[in-house]
Amino acid sequence: MQFGLSESQEFLKDSARKFFAGECPIAEVRRLMDTDTAYDASLWSKIADQGYTGIIFSEEYGGVGLGKVELILLVEEAGRALLPGPFFSTVALAGVVIDAVAGPEKKKKYLAPICRGDARSTVAVLEASANWDPAAIQIAGASGKLTGEKLFVPDAAVADFIVVVARDGVFVVDAKTSGMKISPMKGMDLGRKLYTIQFNNTPAEKLGDAAALSRAFDISTAALVAEMVGGMQRTLEVSVDYAKMRKQFGKPIGMFQAVQHQCADMYLETESSRSAAYYAAWALEENAPDASVAVSIAKMYASDACRTVGNRGIQIHGGMGFTWENDLHLYYRRAKSSETMFGDATFHRERIARQVIDSGANFAKSA
Amino acid sequence: MDLNLTTEEQQFRDELRAWLEANSPQDWDQWREKPIEESFEYLRAWQRKLYEGGWAAVSWPKEYGGRGASLMQQAIFWEEMARVEAPPMVNSLGLGLIGPTIIAYGTDAQKKRFVPKILSAEEIWCQGFSEPNAGSDLAALQTEARLDGDHYIVNGQKVWTSYGWVGNWCEVVVRTDAEVAKHKGLTVLLVDMKSKGFEVRPLRQMTGESEFNELFFRDVRVPVENVLGKVNDGWNVAVSTLMHERGSYGARLHLLFKRSINRLIELSRTFQKNGRAAAQDPLTRQKLAQCYAEIEIMRWNQMRAFSRISATGIPGPEGSIQKIFWSELNQRVQQIAQEMMGPYGQLLAGDSHAVDKGIWAYGYLRTRGNTIEAGTSEVQRNIIGHFVLGLPRSY
Repeated sequence: MQFGLSESQEFLKDSARKFFAGECPIAEVRRLMDTDTAYDASLWSKIADQGYTGIIFSEEYGGVGLGKVELILLVEEAGRALLPGPFFSTVALAGVVIDAVAGPEKKKKYLAPICRGDARSTVAVLEASANWDPAAIQIAGASGKLTGEKLFVPDAAVADFIVVVARDGVFVVDAKTSGMKISPMKGMDLGRKLYTIQFNNTPAEKLGDAAALSRAFDISTAALVAEMVGGMQRTLEVSVDYAKMRKQFGKPIGMFQAVQHQCADMYLETESSRSAAYYAAWALEENAPDASVAVSIAKMYASDACRTVGNRGIQIHGGMGFTWENDLHLYYRRAKSSETMFGDATFHRERIARQVIDSGANFAKSA
Repeated sequence: MDLNLTTEEQQFRDELRAWLEANSPQDWDQWREKPIEESFEYLRAWQRKLYEGGWAAVSWPKEYGGRGASLMQQAIFWEEMARVEAPPMVNSLGLGLIGPTIIAYGTDAQKKRFVPKILSAEEIWCQGFSEPNAGSDLAALQTEARLDGDHYIVNGQKVWTSYGWVGNWCEVVVRTDAEVAKHKGLTVLLVDMKSKGFEVRPLRQMTGESEFNELFFRDVRVPVENVLGKVNDGWNVAVSTLMHERGSYGARLHLLFKRSINRLIELSRTFQKNGRAAAQDPLTRQKLAQCYAEIEIMRWNQMRAFSRISATGIPGPEGSIQKIFWSELNQRVQQIAQEMMGPYGQLLAGDSHAVDKGIWAYGYLRTRGNTIEAGTSEVQRNIIGHFVLGLPRSY
């Protein structure tokens, strides 16, 4: 048993870290978040050149064919850099959903351009109820037309096609289709823009049945947790650095236990989130019986932890932490957006309860 | 990353499973509830059996009667022991902490004299570290040892000593030089607890039991050949003992916690909360799910830490994360038990209305000690702050 990264996994993680640090430093993050879409075509083509847009998809469709663990390592590093724009939406949402629900023909049509870096996409799930339970979805598409409204759709304005989760299947809508209106929502996270989409008899192509969606969402959720881990890691590092450098009463504030213990707790919360994200990814890769519970455990824990780590980081920075100039609030905003995406801690605790209390299942394996 | 067992790990597990199936006692249930004073000889016999099968100390090197087991194999060992609900081993301090320290620092004569009897539980070992005025600040200890010919004469007091009432030998940290910096004047002595002037008194803790003892030394004479390691190098010897304190302990705890949460989930179907079964009460569901989740994360943290230690070869300060995580989690598990049981939660063993013979009332009190024993949460956070994150020492 080896719960550490292999050499090639370490290499992937390390090169992704260097790539994002080089191509998307925080100044670039700030520049992009002030644009309408937070999308930059030249950054996108560099991401695609790395093979990142096809990381887990089959070589048959132009992907790299790596596993779920590799996906989350990559997304963790993107999260650490606070990468703006549609990378997560395209790869970890749309790509993962298409991969799970579509047949070979549709994959050639929609997944292959994602792998090549030629297309950007996203997934529209939530409606006015803002309920992540698929049973709450109202919109239907069996007639070949969609009518209704989707909310909180990330990066919809730069998507070439939009994957729409309906109650009778998963559909795809071309962005150039008439009869669809995309409007920005003013979300807290400036790097991941949110939109409403109004469909009015909008022609839609069916990608596949909704049956395979729960597994796709589990993979997307695990990836999201990894992105949150990256953000927590960065918040921890800058806070510890600040605590070493900032002096009050003639001493670095990191010498005071009230500050030091906040840092220790940030470390504990970050590492525990990481353990959960990695375990969930491995369980998904191996189709372990506890994979779905593991995903909920990871999202539950990280949803609370990423907010708490942000709280602690800002507190450690004192007045500086409350300024626009300091980067922590950018991570803090992302943390809030990620906390609610795919369900917050309360949502996932209930999901865990359904599986371990109601069904009486005991998924915990012994070694 | 591969969380499947390797062939070697599988073989280890299968061999152990087969051995436990043939040898683990069937009548433990009749002894389990009895006070340890009554079951002690039964447990000693069980450890002897493990020793004879070569399973008493799997982590020890082969030449000293162990199996040179990796951390993963150690985790497997404790999981398998828990799976068959095997009784505990009575010489746990000797096996887990003191034996490995004697193997690392002892002379050949000391190893030959002490190690086999630790394994067989023929001699029970105690640890004399903490003092009334030296807890977290262990190096401030005051028990002194003065050289008199070929003996040290020891005077002072130790506290929080487990198994003191039944111990034969004790690893004691004493001050041999009061003139130098506090870490530099310490020496570790192996003390025969039958020595003249050595007195053991029970220390009653807040649960009402006496798991621990106080030790009093009045002119206790210890031969110089019982110095462990070098004179005035006792700090390093003691720290080495404390490092073993973390080790694979968590693997054992995970299964105990697992059993607790599974039992609480069972009980949630019968206890009422807000007019319905607690299992249907949204808030109780949230709290049970939180505990269930954290118990799983505790295991994943452990597995990651083991993998890291296996790769680097040294048990590092990441053990501090585990200690904070399990001790605080255990308190939360007990708290949710209390919330669910309402007035029943407070009933102790012996009350006819007590739930599960009072283990939840006991657990609620006992877990208060978890964030204090084996390094307080405050000390663990200092360790993470300083040794992991590189923040300046706060003291």
